[in-house]
Amino acid sequence: MNILIKNGRIIDPANSIEEQLDLLVVDGKIAKTGKTGSLSANGAEIVDAAGKLVVPGLIDLHVHLREPGYEYKETIATGTAAAKAGGFTAVCCMPNTNPVNDTRSVTEFILSQAAREASARVYPIGSITKGSKGGELAEIGELRDAGCVGISDDGRPVMNAAVMRRAMEYARIFDIPVVSHCEDADLAGNGVMNEGFTATELGLRGIPNAAEDVMIARDIALAELTGARLHVCHVSTRGAVRMIANAKSRGVRITAETCPHYFSLTDDAVRGYHTMAKMNPPLRSAEDVAAIRQGLRDGTLDAIATDHAPHATDEKSVEFDAAPFGIVGLETSLGLSLQLVRDGVLSVADLVTRMSTAPARIIGSGGGTLSVGAAADITIIDQDFEWTVDASQFRSRSRNTPFDGWKLKGRAVRTIAGGVL
Amino acid sequence: MALSSKDLLGIKGMSRDEITHVLDTAASFKDVSERDIKKVPALRGKTVINLFYEASTRTRTSFELAGKRLSADVINISTSTSSATKGETLLDTARNIEAMRSDIIIVRHACSGAPAFLAGRLRSSVINAGDGAHEHPTQALLDMFTIREKLGRLDGVTVAIVGDIQHSRVARSNIYGMSVMGAKVRICGPPTMLPAGIEKLGVTVTYDMDEAVTGADVVMMLRVQSERQAAGLFPGVREYARLYGLNRTRLQRANPGAIVMHPGPMNRGVEISSDVADHSSVILDQVTNGVAVRMAVMFLLSGGVKPEA
Repeated sequence: MNILIKNGRIIDPANSIEEQLDLLVVDGKIAKTGKTGSLSANGAEIVDAAGKLVVPGLIDLHVHLREPGYEYKETIATGTAAAKAGGFTAVCCMPNTNPVNDTRSVTEFILSQAAREASARVYPIGSITKGSKGGELAEIGELRDAGCVGISDDGRPVMNAAVMRRAMEYARIFDIPVVSHCEDADLAGNGVMNEGFTATELGLRGIPNAAEDVMIARDIALAELTGARLHVCHVSTRGAVRMIANAKSRGVRITAETCPHYFSLTDDAVRGYHTMAKMNPPLRSAEDVAAIRQGLRDGTLDAIATDHAPHATDEKSVEFDAAPFGIVGLETSLGLSLQLVRDGVLSVADLVTRMSTAPARIIGSGGGTLSVGAAADITIIDQDFEWTVDASQFRSRSRNTPFDGWKLKGRAVRTIAGGVL
Repeated sequence: MALSSKDLLGIKGMSRDEITHVLDTAASFKDVSERDIKKVPALRGKTVINLFYEASTRTRTSFELAGKRLSADVINISTSTSSATKGETLLDTARNIEAMRSDIIIVRHACSGAPAFLAGRLRSSVINAGDGAHEHPTQALLDMFTIREKLGRLDGVTVAIVGDIQHSRVARSNIYGMSVMGAKVRICGPPTMLPAGIEKLGVTVTYDMDEAVTGADVVMMLRVQSERQAAGLFPGVREYARLYGLNRTRLQRANPGAIVMHPGPMNRGVEISSDVADHSSVILDQVTNGVAVRMAVMFLLSGGVKPEA
């Protein structure tokens, strides 16, 4: 199917393009761009993007698709449908499935399911260690061959520094990013929210910023030692932003992501014991939120990911301590992130960089651009579209969001993945 | 006059008038327990459920007696006998209890917020009998009742709360309540047991127990649990007793007539010496007053209308 996107404003940071252009898609690829009205349709389906932004398809570096193993929370079909609804044409899925994605067979299963059912591209992240148990390395070469674009023991950080060192060294063979959920398990203990005054009032066990910071410090040191590519997951603390900025200035090969909830909410959202505000890392203080926004502005934080973590309603309808960590994010990420543009934190081009161009570069997947010849992964955004989040209408199988009922401005109105409307 | 809310989940948010009203009502109930026939018909026909997910002797018995002395039907459910061991969720258990037409459900739970979680989903009144490290409102009310009884006032009284503040729901509820009532609260313990930002509650904080006790009108000791040693919060009972134990010498720094309190159960020789506990404390008065205070709370949550006796 050929598509002619007319009258839109094209934002393509990879090519430094920000202008009113038409764009023609032929056979799943971007065939050409030209001045408004200059391209002929020749039977292509016409999409009128007047007043809208036409950007390279958004890429989410951090989602949990839950398949195989936890299909009651999410499947590859429902998770990628949510992605598409949220403007994402590609997602990276974390390996904490059951079984863990630590072998070629699991990666191949995920990719074959994706080929059958997915509405967006699926890039698996393989595990660092077998079973994500923090011991022996997984067969990283096999995982890479099978299609994994990075390795991570997300949610079960590698506590043994020597194991992490070897993983980073070994990953250099393939030059894939080592994706680190930075959390010192001992310091985090059995904490359930940010350590601070709110936790003190609620009587909930705290997770200090230091639980994240010491692990980032360690991983930066190991990245320097090994020369590996380190990608830091879901940054939530001001200390982490500071250390990452410092490491970058010294030339360490490090990239980092944060998530919309870390620049939209503070730990005050937990008051009332709202399990929808329970995630790991936890929502932090206002000072941390300010630092995260500044880190996005100055580029210390390369990417906005979601850490989309679906959980069933019953699992969240329990005592706060007993609820699982995590929220869904694919269908609210863009609306929340566009607020950064209105707040003057990011330009539109910077936002597209954080949500598409940089993620594509980090995983080396291609995409993230509207260059002629590139795959036609395109998101059309209406910046002015006002809408109210209604979790009951999510394409995701789960509804665990703290943003239900929020009024947001701006959303994806068309998501074209691989030239498919 | 009834209480303004359906539930009693915490002291935080209660006004001076509300607290005073509970304490005054408790005073009027106290003599019931001193009579030969320890019963009034105030809650006749009401069903009270003690739903205890944590071990408790004192608090559970106190609530049970309070309910019975008000003529309510009181049922005790504790974890070992409940469906919790069969994997039923807290909410399902509570809904099933309510389906049998309970009026008041008294909840003790290791998870902070568990009573609030139920209160938002049940028609019954929920009374928090201690949730995690959050609040233990009836304990604070009985503590305030006891101070008022012994010292004649709460306003202007200096209270030193000593021990494991981090894990103490008793400390939090007392800080809220006593601050509202005009008392000056000092918090004392090792930094490993002081929660982040506690000074924002308007208390003064010190690591030095001698300083905390000096000039205090009330010294409230908290239980230190042995598992905190394994977690690295203190090196051992010997050093703990030396730094944060209340003994006669240390007590002499307090104001003349100062009272010593402990929510129980005590570790004799650790946070409190037997000498002080047995001869200079109001610990058993606290327990006696607990029944009256809990009668008052149940009575007020049920509408606060006294039938003709």
